[in-house]
Amino acid sequence: MWKDIFIKKKKYASIPSQQVRYEVPEGIMTKCPKCKKIMYTKELIKNLRVCMSCGYHHTMPSRERIDSLLDEGSFREYDADMISVNPLQFPGYMEKLEEDRRKSNLNEAVVTGEGTLNGYPLVIAVMDSAFRMGSMGSVVGEKITRAIEKARELHVPFLIFTASGGARMQEGVLSLMQMAKTSAALKLFSDEGGLIISVMTHPTTGGVSASFASLGDYNFAEPGALIGFAGRRVIEQTVREELPEDFQTAEFLLKHGQLDAVIHRHDLKETLTTVLDIHQGGGEHGWWQS
Amino acid sequence: MVAELDFEKPLIELRRKIIELKEFMKTAEVDLSAEIEKLEARLAKLENDIYSNLTPWDRVQIARHPQRPTTLDYITRLFTHFLECHGDRCFGDDEAIVGGIAKYDGLPVTVIGHQRGKDTKENIRRNFGMPHPEGYRKALRLMKQAEKFQRPIICFIDTKGAYPGKAAEERGQSEAIARNLFEMSGLTVPIVCIVIGEGGSGGALALGVGNHIHMLENSTYSVISPEGAAAILWKDAALAQRAAETMKITAHDLKELGVIDEIIPEVRGGAHRDVDQQAAEIDKVLKRSLQQLLKLDGETLVQQRYEKFKQIGQFTFSHDDLRVR
Repeated sequence: MWKDIFIKKKKYASIPSQQVRYEVPEGIMTKCPKCKKIMYTKELIKNLRVCMSCGYHHTMPSRERIDSLLDEGSFREYDADMISVNPLQFPGYMEKLEEDRRKSNLNEAVVTGEGTLNGYPLVIAVMDSAFRMGSMGSVVGEKITRAIEKARELHVPFLIFTASGGARMQEGVLSLMQMAKTSAALKLFSDEGGLIISVMTHPTTGGVSASFASLGDYNFAEPGALIGFAGRRVIEQTVREELPEDFQTAEFLLKHGQLDAVIHRHDLKETLTTVLDIHQGGGEHGWWQS
Repeated sequence: MVAELDFEKPLIELRRKIIELKEFMKTAEVDLSAEIEKLEARLAKLENDIYSNLTPWDRVQIARHPQRPTTLDYITRLFTHFLECHGDRCFGDDEAIVGGIAKYDGLPVTVIGHQRGKDTKENIRRNFGMPHPEGYRKALRLMKQAEKFQRPIICFIDTKGAYPGKAAEERGQSEAIARNLFEMSGLTVPIVCIVIGEGGSGGALALGVGNHIHMLENSTYSVISPEGAAAILWKDAALAQRAAETMKITAHDLKELGVIDEIIPEVRGGAHRDVDQQAAEIDKVLKRSLQQLLKLDGETLVQQRYEKFKQIGQFTFSHDDLRVR
């Protein structure tokens, strides 16, 4: 099969830089915020950070996400060293960025690149809430836009994992405009037949949910993820009515027709493979060709 | 009578004094004309000082003035044969957005805009100009129709933001906004967007993906309201004034950041002081915009729009000098 070419070749190696190994200082034990059970962090990571006792999906760092899905050694990162400036001269912004760079071992709130998933080539973007709550400023917008343009150029699907509190306030209206920029890039890609898959993870809100996160040909979400436009507190203050407990969860959105499916993290790779496979036209042999 | 704003208080004082003196001159047999002349000169100077040195917060006040002209005020002055079209064909008609077909100096166009109310009753009906998803879906329906019949689209932006409510979330506020950004960027007809009041975040941008974007001099366009920014950044909504300055939300700021094309000058003291004159100012810029854009074919328009948004944003690479913009 032609896709085997991509598995065998492994022509891309991860760019070796100090942040590739996620040596985020972590405790040996992790407490599940939902069931309060204490477990070995190592075991939790091995279980893709899904709680062994209650199934709660813990936040997954972008590098782990990429490792968990893409074929070993296939990932090649784009624009790894693109970083923010301070366009509004916002007091304290540069210090906050510096601090998050140190804490998260990331340069910005999204990691983009290309690779193969079970042999299927694609361009992937994974947002990371460990950096400025995954908020979107100029860099996040630009990196995602460039990744989409790359997918367009390579004629491969675009897969995005979102995790973001919304637009980054410290870059003001420039952050807002990234919503239009990324959406416009998706439109051009889509018009040429490009496949867009969006997987919303906890949390996906504000300007990110109101742009590329909602624009997949397939919109998926992880169980329990908070997804919405306005914050719960803002809504409570404006409408002054009791909001249901599951308000703005992935399950709530599914019920209201806003998602294609909610997918358990353990089933994600298989589901994505199915989608990619179906969009390859089903293979090269079959009755439909005769 | 025009409601006065805080920063206009010194002017009110002075104007009242002049009126008093004039009244007094009529009744009593004293010649105060020299005195009045002096005061009038002072008034003119003070007006000049105040109106040519508006702070961002002053402009926020003008943009939110209850009598500030709305989309419909401009539609009636700039267009003829306006036929309002209602409904998104899915759920309902959101009166926080108005739209329809009209003629602009003979040219068939589609015109859409956020619509605030002028009084409490109308504001309740129009939800204070804060749309629900069906509003954005109505707007998109009208834009697609405009594309089908190859009419230019003119959008007036004037909203505090998309409505944050339970029903809005249930019906997909995020998706509705995202869909508009996505579809607008691909339309093969000219789109001119004009911010006439407040341009509040995603709810404003959902009508804002244009080939040309203009702003009235005293309008604002921002990722979040000054109050919201102050509450989140400094945990104190009272610092809104400081936030208005820090967040760079005025027409001049946006021009400098490369987001908008033209600043449309306003009548001194704000658009509400002379709506006809203000409409005439908009007319000049709108006509110029359309004249340029009507020369371009569909593909070029899409490309131009994409390039326009593609260049917005500032970043660098870690091996470069951090100070390079």
